Amino acid sequence: MSVVSKYETVVGLEVHVELHTKSKIFCGCSTSFGAPPNTHTCPVCLGHPGVLPVLNRQAVEYAMKAAMALNCEIAEWCKFDRKNYFYPDSPKAYQISQFDQPIGLNGWIDIEVNGKTKRIGITRLHLEEDAGKLTHIEGGFGSLADFNRVGTPLIEIVSEPDIRSPEEAKAYLEKLRAIMQYCDVSDVKMEEGSLRCDANISIRPYGQEPFGTRTELKNMNSFRGVQRGLEYEEIRQAEVLDSGSRVVQETRRWDEAQGKTISMRSKEEAHDYRYFPDPDLVRLHIDAEWKARVQTSIPELPDARKARYMQEYGLSSYDADVLTGSMKLADFFEESLKHTADAKASANWIMGELLGYLNANGLDLDDVRITGRGLGEMIQLIEKGTISSKIAKTVFKGMVETGKSPQQIVEEQGLVQISDEGAILSIVDAVIAANPQSVEDFRNGKDKAIGFLVGQVMKETKGKANPGLVNKLLTDRLNG
Amino acid sequence: MTINLKDVEHVANLARLELTETEKEQFAGQLNAILKYAEKLNELDTDGIEPTSHVMPMANVMREDQVRPSWPIEKVLRNAPDEENGQFKVPAVLE
Repeated sequence: MSVVSKYETVVGLEVHVELHTKSKIFCGCSTSFGAPPNTHTCPVCLGHPGVLPVLNRQAVEYAMKAAMALNCEIAEWCKFDRKNYFYPDSPKAYQISQFDQPIGLNGWIDIEVNGKTKRIGITRLHLEEDAGKLTHIEGGFGSLADFNRVGTPLIEIVSEPDIRSPEEAKAYLEKLRAIMQYCDVSDVKMEEGSLRCDANISIRPYGQEPFGTRTELKNMNSFRGVQRGLEYEEIRQAEVLDSGSRVVQETRRWDEAQGKTISMRSKEEAHDYRYFPDPDLVRLHIDAEWKARVQTSIPELPDARKARYMQEYGLSSYDADVLTGSMKLADFFEESLKHTADAKASANWIMGELLGYLNANGLDLDDVRITGRGLGEMIQLIEKGTISSKIAKTVFKGMVETGKSPQQIVEEQGLVQISDEGAILSIVDAVIAANPQSVEDFRNGKDKAIGFLVGQVMKETKGKANPGLVNKLLTDRLNG
Repeated sequence: MTINLKDVEHVANLARLELTETEKEQFAGQLNAILKYAEKLNELDTDGIEPTSHVMPMANVMREDQVRPSWPIEKVLRNAPDEENGQFKVPAVLE
């Protein structure tokens, strides 16, 4: 669209990730999801006067781990600050956060869009507590506050305004999610709110140095939603500029159903959070020894794993990218390779059949029962000629649905490939006798006719005949 | 630095306080007196001194990640102005 191409889009993302500690960041209440309202609360997270928050060591280590995995410098000293605001989701009327001394600074991650690698800077990563959840009674009669989520540890990851398109924004989020998943610091499920994203977006004529006026987008509940919200907003801003008006700096809410962004506050009051150091929490000192210990707990990250798959298994960049995009998928792939040496076959089955099945049914790898070992063993059965590739699809589906081993499925359903010449020959003869027209066609030079005859033999044997053998025997008979 | 009536109004607004004109005058005077008192510190030479965020000479007070019992819901809701289905009911807030 021409309106868009005149302008360059500039995006920065703020991502909140819930750390999956067992207890909250400043008290011993459970962080588990889905408990009855307010049953995971105590005086500390309810913000009663006179209570003393005590920092959860695990939350700090998860934040350090995440910051290191994002290539941040780790602060030697940092502190916690109070961010003051009144809103019923926060019973203390302040949020404990980190203002000018975040745990992590100056990081980066590499993303890949259209085959090109691009580095996106990460301004900072800090630790803070989550707020509660509000639901609104219909008709505007009031709001209900559930404070179970108050005090769940969060990291906020702020990117540099290095992102230049909605597509890059999505790639950034996918990479970020993968890294968090590999580090095992969060469940990173956007549907459950353990990963949330706000976006700052502005546009400027190509070649112009200063950024345009930005808007902040909220309420995007999926990666696709982020991309769509940004796509909508870049066009909206272009239309505002083209009509001779100016973009208003404001917060806009993405409305998924309507497919558009809506202004949340027309007259935005400048935020004045009056940050100050929280006197209840002493400073945090991260020494070299502690840093080194956390560093060793970081596993092989997506980029490294991808490079290894390309080098060790000869996979394409695209295939390696898809497999390492989720740690579970990558682990599944590697598990399969303990049972087959054919990495490419495994990659093909995963990317074709497995992902196809999961996507078509809106499922996650956890939701199906097939194992990497099952896939590896199935590929072995194909290699040994026990089953044909065609039959393997049936076996694969059985594994996905029942979790049974491929051997068991093959036995139970009698799927062993028929490679007995005598058995196939009698079916070949029967098919030739029953299809004189096709036989005639073949003898008159229509080579295609043999395909039909092979198909008939396969049909007779319910796909179990060894296709190579069928072909050979048919050809011999027809030419003989 | 001096506090004028506008500053008092701004701070009162942030704190959700409604002040009369007399009170605004009164608080502006008191706040200015407090700032003036604290201004004495500016007489000290603090070159090369690290800003202090905490007065206690301690760091790294932490607890292990262990779940402890929360409060029973009756106790949690005892201070609720109003409640519904185990939740705190507050005046409607709509963004």
